[in-house]
Amino acid sequence: MGFLLRCPNCGRRDNREFWFGGEDRSAPKNPEEESADSNFERVWFRDNQRGLQVERWFHFAGCRRWHTVERDTHSNVVRQAGLVREPGGDEGIEGREGRCER
Amino acid sequence: VTGLLRRTELLRTTPPLRRRYDVVIIGGGAHGLAIAYYLAARHGIVDVAVIERSYIGSGGSGRNTTVLRANYKTPEAIDFYRTAFDLYRDLTQELDYNLLRSERGLIWLAHDEASRRIQQERAFLNQTFGVDTVFLEPDEVKKLCPQLDLTCGRTGRPVVGASFHPPGSVIRHDAVVWGYAAAAQRLGVEVHQDTTVTGIAVRNGRCNGVQTNRGPIDAGAVVSAAGGQVSEVARLAGLRLPIVSHPLQAFVTEPYKPALDRIVLSTQFLTYVSQTSRGEILAGAEIDPYNSYSTRSTFAFLADTAARCIDQFPFMAKLQILRQWTGTCEMTPDYSPIMGGAGIDGFYLNTGWGTWGFKAVPAAGVTIAELVATGRVPRLIVPFALSRFRDDRVIADRSSAGTH
Repeated sequence: MGFLLRCPNCGRRDNREFWFGGEDRSAPKNPEEESADSNFERVWFRDNQRGLQVERWFHFAGCRRWHTVERDTHSNVVRQAGLVREPGGDEGIEGREGRCER
Repeated sequence: VTGLLRRTELLRTTPPLRRRYDVVIIGGGAHGLAIAYYLAARHGIVDVAVIERSYIGSGGSGRNTTVLRANYKTPEAIDFYRTAFDLYRDLTQELDYNLLRSERGLIWLAHDEASRRIQQERAFLNQTFGVDTVFLEPDEVKKLCPQLDLTCGRTGRPVVGASFHPPGSVIRHDAVVWGYAAAAQRLGVEVHQDTTVTGIAVRNGRCNGVQTNRGPIDAGAVVSAAGGQVSEVARLAGLRLPIVSHPLQAFVTEPYKPALDRIVLSTQFLTYVSQTSRGEILAGAEIDPYNSYSTRSTFAFLADTAARCIDQFPFMAKLQILRQWTGTCEMTPDYSPIMGGAGIDGFYLNTGWGTWGFKAVPAAGVTIAELVATGRVPRLIVPFALSRFRDDRVIADRSSAGTH
C-alpha cells in the first residue's frame, strides 16, 4: 500500500520521494570495542517486525536529509517522523534528539 | 493423469488435531506441502502435520508469476534450480495432477553494455553447468519474439542483446499447491488449515513441538516453511534471521487472443511478462523498496509497470487491467535461500525464498525432507546454510532474482 511520510522540513510527501534506509540499527558507542558476534548480528540480522518499526528514510527529492520514522509495517501507518542529526556531530548519525516531532 | 477434476478432495473434512506428530511443518504453501509429500513418498514418514494459518497456497505460492527456469548465475544455484526444474518436468505424472506446465522459452533482455555482459556470462556459466542458455543479438531476439519493440518505446534503452533459456516454462501455481496437498493426504499426511502456530517449544537447545490456537503439539521435528512471515515464526523459537519482508506486486490484463508465447524478462525495466493459458497477460516487477507485511496493492506500481510493459510491447497499450495483487517476500541479503538447521536440534528452516521460491519448490521439498528424515544435509543445500553469513560464504546472486 502506498503511503505518505511526514518530512519535518518539507511536509507530507509521497514515500517515493524518499530512499528507504531500512530498520534502525544502533551502532555501538565504541565501534573499536565491538565483539565479532555483535558485529555479525548488527551487519546481517534484522528484527523484521510485523508492527511498529523505527526506520530511516532519506528525502532525496526534497531537503536531502535523513529522517527517522516510526511506521507500522502491517498497516503502513506512519506514527512519528523526525530528523536524524548529521554525521560528525556529537551525537553522530545515531542521535535521537531530532526524533518524535509530531 | 486423472487429477485435474479432483480439487474437491482437498476439501475433505480435516481430522482432529492430534497431540503428537513425528514432523510438524509450519506453513501450507507449496514448500511446506512439498516437504510433507516427499517425507511420506520417499522416506515413509507419514505421521506429518502441515499447519497453515489461512488456506493452503494463500501466500506466495498463490501469488507468484508461475515462471520456472534454471538460468541462475552461481554454480550452487544452477545445480539447485536445475534439480527443481527437472523434478517439475515430471511432477504432473508423479502427483497424478495436471499442473498445466508449458514450455515457452525465456528471453532475458539487456539494454546496456553492463547488462549485456551479465547475460553473456549467464549463458556461458549455464552452458558450463549443463543448463541450456544461449546469448542472442537483437535481430535474433526479434525473430524469437516479433511482438517486442527493440527500441523499447524510444526510451533510450533499446534491446542490445539477451540470454535465451529455451526450457523456461510456466506452470499452474495453484495446481502445484493442490497437487502436493492431495498427493500428501493420500499418503496419510494431515493438512490443518485455519490453524495458527502461536509458540515453539524449545528446551535445552532442542525443539519439542509447537503451540497452536488449537492446542499444543509434540513433534520429533519442526520445519518452518513460513514464507514472508518467517521472522515472526523464528522469533517464537528465539531466533533472529538475516531476512527482511518486502511486498512484491503483479497484475494481469483481461484475457486476450494468443499473442505472446515467450516469457520476457528485462534487466533494466525490471519486468517479467508472459501470457497465461487463460489468455491474460501477466506482468510483475521489482519488490517495493520498503519492508512491509501489507498485501494491499499500489496504483503507483500499476502505473509504472504498465508503462514499462507498453514500452516493450506496444500491443499491451490497448489491454485492460483485470486485477492486481501483492505477496510478501522474505528477502535475504545475498538473494539466495536459507535451508537447513538453525542451531536448535529438531528445528529446520526452509526460508529466504524472496522472489525466487516458487521455481525451487520440488528441490526444496526433496532436500529438506531428506535432511529431516536422515539428519544429513544433502549436498545440494550445503552452501545455503544459515551459517554462510558467519563464515563469509554468501552466495550473491542478485542478478538472477529478476526483480532488481
